[in-house]
Amino acid sequence: MATTTDPTSTGAAGGAHLRNAGLFGGTLPRWVPPALLVVLAGAVAGVLLAAGAFNAPLLAVLTTVAYAVAITVASAIVENRRRATDRLVTAVVYTCFALAMVPLVSLLWTVLVNGLQRLDGYFLSVSMNGVTPSMDAGGVYHAIVGTISITGFAALISIPIGLMTAIYLVEYGRGRLKQAITFFVDVMTGIPSIVAGLFVVALWMLLFGPGNTNGAAGAISLSVLMIPVVVRSCEEMLRLVPNELREASYALGVPKWLTIVKVVLPTAIAGITTGVMLALARVIGETAPLILTAGSSAVAINWNLFDGQMMSLPVFIYSQVRMGGAINYERAWAAALTLILVVMLLFLLARLVSRFFAPKLGR
Amino acid sequence: MTTTDSSTTARIPRGKRRLGDVVFANGARGSGVLILAILAGVAAFLIGQSYDSLSANTANFFTTSEWAANVREEPAFGVAALAFGTILAAAIALLVATPVAIGIALFIVYYAPRRLAAVLGYVVDLLAAIPSVVYGLWGIGWLVGQLGPFYLLLERYLGWIPLFAGPVSTTGRTMLTVGLVLAVMILPIITAMTRDVFQQVPQAHREAALALGATRWEMIRMAVLPFGRPGIIGGAMLGLGRALGETMAVAMILSPSLVVSWALLQSGNQTIAAHIALQYPEATGYGVSALIAAGLVLFAITLVVNMVARFVVARRKEFS
Repeated sequence: MATTTDPTSTGAAGGAHLRNAGLFGGTLPRWVPPALLVVLAGAVAGVLLAAGAFNAPLLAVLTTVAYAVAITVASAIVENRRRATDRLVTAVVYTCFALAMVPLVSLLWTVLVNGLQRLDGYFLSVSMNGVTPSMDAGGVYHAIVGTISITGFAALISIPIGLMTAIYLVEYGRGRLKQAITFFVDVMTGIPSIVAGLFVVALWMLLFGPGNTNGAAGAISLSVLMIPVVVRSCEEMLRLVPNELREASYALGVPKWLTIVKVVLPTAIAGITTGVMLALARVIGETAPLILTAGSSAVAINWNLFDGQMMSLPVFIYSQVRMGGAINYERAWAAALTLILVVMLLFLLARLVSRFFAPKLGR
Repeated sequence: MTTTDSSTTARIPRGKRRLGDVVFANGARGSGVLILAILAGVAAFLIGQSYDSLSANTANFFTTSEWAANVREEPAFGVAALAFGTILAAAIALLVATPVAIGIALFIVYYAPRRLAAVLGYVVDLLAAIPSVVYGLWGIGWLVGQLGPFYLLLERYLGWIPLFAGPVSTTGRTMLTVGLVLAVMILPIITAMTRDVFQQVPQAHREAALALGATRWEMIRMAVLPFGRPGIIGGAMLGLGRALGETMAVAMILSPSLVVSWALLQSGNQTIAAHIALQYPEATGYGVSALIAAGLVLFAITLVVNMVARFVVARRKEFS
């Protein structure tokens, strides 16, 4: 890209002496890298087939290594050492990217294939009440009920606290307190989820005595994890609201709190909704704190947050895997597919909200 | 002007304080203070509830590996093996994930066609949103089966290194598998952070390097990496914090034992978070209190890591 020579002319015409002088050097034609890759892949496949050890991962690894070596050597001969290094790094960067796609694709593929075996209307509409672990029956309805009530309650706690804190940080805060809150909200995003669970266990032991598990405890532990995420995203969105809007409102004599409620929040509402949905998507898959606080052995439908154990989708996956039978794994995969679909739905909704309801500031 | 004491601080001309303003301002400040109180509460409750078992503990908490806490009197437990396992798993994850994450970030910002880059940014975000329990299920249901031949290869050719000493576990439920799954989980976190910094590299720096005849890699080495280093370190530390605290993937994949072992291909070791999740349902006597003490150690480790990470990242902000 930094050359001015015609990349296809390798003949001894025109500026040959310039190239020989090392100012530009020769250049590999553009078709060389892809052609080299295809040829090498074919060659490696041929060798592997001849050796009778053909498999896809081995083919990919060997082809990548062969290509990296070949393109570097070719570039070092035709071009120069610096270009050769550049070509090698380009190959490495592309490899990194391909490497990252492997787990993503395989994860989505395995969950989809294994999950579809059992995911149907029956699975979604019945609970595990009265189902022995190896019986070919039962479903996740009770876990869906639990997930909805626990995350709903967690959102009910987290959104007001998170939003008000963000308002404080953007509209009111100054000095030490603001710095401290900003810093500790950052630190709080890094609390391990299991520690949030233990915190509620300790709190509940103090308040209600040992062995008390219910949905509300789970919701509180989730809100410990959710509040900092809500604060961060709301804060960012409030900062995007132009100061002119606030000033115009003040100039009309509107009190500060009404300015925030009637001008700032409506302007930022799309971004805030998006942020809250992404925060929900994050906590809806939390497992560890719910095992400690909401219990891991509930089998029946329970809508009451304050009485008794409550199952949820992630804990359902975990407890089925712990049982370890073939049918338990089938249930776990189907529940995992359900969970991923829920998370993706939240993601999609968040994108749609931010796309269609974003304020039109550029008027 | 100097006679009015508000002239230095006044931003908005003030009338009388309205009731609505007072309530709203105090409500906002109250929420902020509540967050500080919650964080302090987490520390206070963990310390308070672990005190019972720690004072009754007959073994040294930091140097013992055994876990005999589910008794009514004279418990003996310690976090030596657990802390070792936690750090080992997180270290493997970090070593594997950081270089790959830098590569992906470079790819997204400087190598990929623009339209593909936007899609990739979305995919990375999605990868970050997949619940950890699903990663665990994928690890135990798919990945352990694929890694078997690879582990045998490692043992045959690199078995002389203690890390890869045999005999290889037949189930694949080993520390290396756990480390690899954790690496996949923290990859999007490090990538997102690194990508953000790379995008902020001043265009003038990059164009100056290219104008002097630098190749793309030389431009990256001279202009991008020095500028992005604090961001990379900060992102890696955040990933480390996540890997240290990860529970489900470890609890589902690893077949645990409370030993200090460097053999990554054999089953063994255990992390604090997974130990808590596995032991809690069966905890009796001093058990719960002892687990809370272990959680306190984890909390302290991640707190330090996160604070260092935030400090490194914040320092970059001042310079840029």
